[in-house]
Amino acid sequence: MAATFDVELRTVTKHFGSFTAVKDVSLGIRQGEFFSLLGPSGCGKTTNLRMIAGFELPTSGSILLGGKDVSQLPPFKRNVNTVFQNYALFPHLSVSDNVAFGLEMKGIDKAEIAKRVKETLEMVRLPDSGKKKPNQLSGGQRQRIALARAIVNRPQVLLLDEPLGALDLKLRKAMQLELKELQRQLAITFVFVTHDQEEALVMSDRIGVMDHGVLRQVGTPAAIYDRPADRFVADFIGDTNFLPCRVVDHRNGTAHVQVAGLTMSASSDQTLTDNSSAYLAIRPEKVQLYGPDTPHNPNEERFAGVIVETVFMGTDTRYVVELAEDIQIVVRQQNRNIASTRFALGQTVDVGWETVFARVLVS
Amino acid sequence: MNERQPAGSDFLRWGKRLLWANMIFSFLFLYLPIVILVAFSFNDSKLGARWVGFTTQWYVSMAQSEAILTAMENSLIVALASTIIATILGTMTAMAMERFRFPFQRTYDGILYLPVIIPDIVMAISLLAFFSLLLGGVNNLLGLEGNAALRPGLVTVIIAHVAFNISFVAIVVRTSLGELDPGLEEAAQDLGANEWTTFRRVTLPLIMPGILGGALLAFTLSLDDFVITFFTTGPGGTTLPIEVFGRIRRAISPEINAISTAMLLVSMILVIVSQLVQRRTAALSSNSVQETQ
Ligand SMILES: Nc1ncnc2c1ncn2[C@@H]1O[C@H](COP(=O)(O)OP(=O)(O)OP(=O)(O)O)[C@@H](O)[C@H]1O
Ligand SMILES: [Mg+2]
Repeated sequence: MAATFDVELRTVTKHFGSFTAVKDVSLGIRQGEFFSLLGPSGCGKTTNLRMIAGFELPTSGSILLGGKDVSQLPPFKRNVNTVFQNYALFPHLSVSDNVAFGLEMKGIDKAEIAKRVKETLEMVRLPDSGKKKPNQLSGGQRQRIALARAIVNRPQVLLLDEPLGALDLKLRKAMQLELKELQRQLAITFVFVTHDQEEALVMSDRIGVMDHGVLRQVGTPAAIYDRPADRFVADFIGDTNFLPCRVVDHRNGTAHVQVAGLTMSASSDQTLTDNSSAYLAIRPEKVQLYGPDTPHNPNEERFAGVIVETVFMGTDTRYVVELAEDIQIVVRQQNRNIASTRFALGQTVDVGWETVFARVLVS
Repeated sequence: MNERQPAGSDFLRWGKRLLWANMIFSFLFLYLPIVILVAFSFNDSKLGARWVGFTTQWYVSMAQSEAILTAMENSLIVALASTIIATILGTMTAMAMERFRFPFQRTYDGILYLPVIIPDIVMAISLLAFFSLLLGGVNNLLGLEGNAALRPGLVTVIIAHVAFNISFVAIVVRTSLGELDPGLEEAAQDLGANEWTTFRRVTLPLIMPGILGGALLAFTLSLDDFVITFFTTGPGGTTLPIEVFGRIRRAISPEINAISTAMLLVSMILVIVSQLVQRRTAALSSNSVQETQ
């Protein structure tokens, strides 16, 4: 079982003095996986990464690489490499010498090193930069050299700490795709830290969402987006309507809840108690608006409301529909129809959604 | 600066003139004695109160004086030896202070700065007391007497210079260590370098300008030192400042002007070299600023 994971954290906790930066995190990352650690600033992502790299020792728990416990090994004895957030290129060495550094440490002979450095610089598409010093490169180029310096060693695991954070939006989008492609070619396990949910969704095979040192949910981008495990995850990733509700009854992961007099069906993975208060979470784009007299879809529930706000946003329009007093729901509709058929302010409409997309979240 | 100043700016104009005058006066005050010294080292007169004519004879007689040459040699030996030892020990101290945490660190921190701030004369007397105790004790213990007894000399001077130079080197090196991004050392370890290799390949090259700066400072301080040397030296341990002082007490000779001019030249060269080193440091640290952007 253990060896099926390339990286494994077992009940890892890290204290800095009296402060708990990482709390009881257990996690397995598979060989060749692109795994992202996602969470707001200060939630412990970097601390987790630094423990895997060996720069911090866990206060308790253990860290395994390829099934071997490395918890107490120093960084230079672990077969992982890191792409640092500020790149940490050696300013006194040329680009080639930076990239060659890890291979030299392994005692590989000079000709072989030169060959691999050349290959790797081509791979990151900076074949002619070898003689330059890091301060003669642009931010995006430094990022590529930092990447080259790490992947040239073909580590078992590559750790990346917000490597695209310093790049402008356009370059970042391009690098996201490039990085993903590179990872597919190399088939190295990537552990990628980011606080950008869109970046995590686009790039990852699986995502681990962290908050205040706690790992809240692990899953594929689709699973995390469509079936958030708790309120934090639902709120942090994408936009969500949270309707305050009371649980009426629940059975086999399906529940009925009361939202201001309206009874709605929803799914849930959490432990529910009848009659307790909770939230019904539904994403704006899962909600469909209907004019009067549209035929009913059997998977859907529908509720009547009045449009109280519309905002045109180019590809889609954002509506706010009031279902009852103080119960408003945000709806996003793609602008596929010509303007005249869109819904107008003050219009009475039906809102409907497939019940699988509605989630009851207690916490 | 601005030509379209309002009419009531007489006060400002006068202020500016005064500032200029002050600056010129300060420069004269600082450099006139030195200019006179250099000029009179070429004066063809034994008394030196009046300009008589140009000569280089004082330099010739300086170069022919056995005592002066020995003193120069001693000065260089002391400066070189104490600089090398103090640079190694000072760098190690700086590393320990910056990179490790140990009990009473703050106290030790304060102690390190002590030689920089306490008066030379206090340092000199304490070293004198220390050496008499030490040498006396050793002589007693080994039963050494008369000519065989250990006495202060070049070695005690070197030790004394190391004692005050360690602090200066450590302070300078610590500054450049403090400016070094610890992420670079982590990057080296991440790439498989153990602690020693990390130090050799990353830390040392990056703090080298600081180490060189500290070494130059130590070298200059050692060459210049009179007070501490005077109290800790003995037979065979006469350095150039001690020699000059001895001569002045006997009679003011133009040779002293020549020696002083030569020392001035050496000091100036050292200052220029250290400026160049500092410029390199500045260039390197501006790189690392860009690095973290
Ligand atoms: N060496 C340390 N000493 C004390 N506290 C620390 C230390 N390193 C991290 N912390 C604290 O631990 C918490 C988690 O830090 P961490 O760097 O892991 O956050 P992060 O998720 O990477 O945040 P960001 O997205 O801002 O980089 C923070 O509150 C931070 O202040
Ligand atoms: Mg971080």
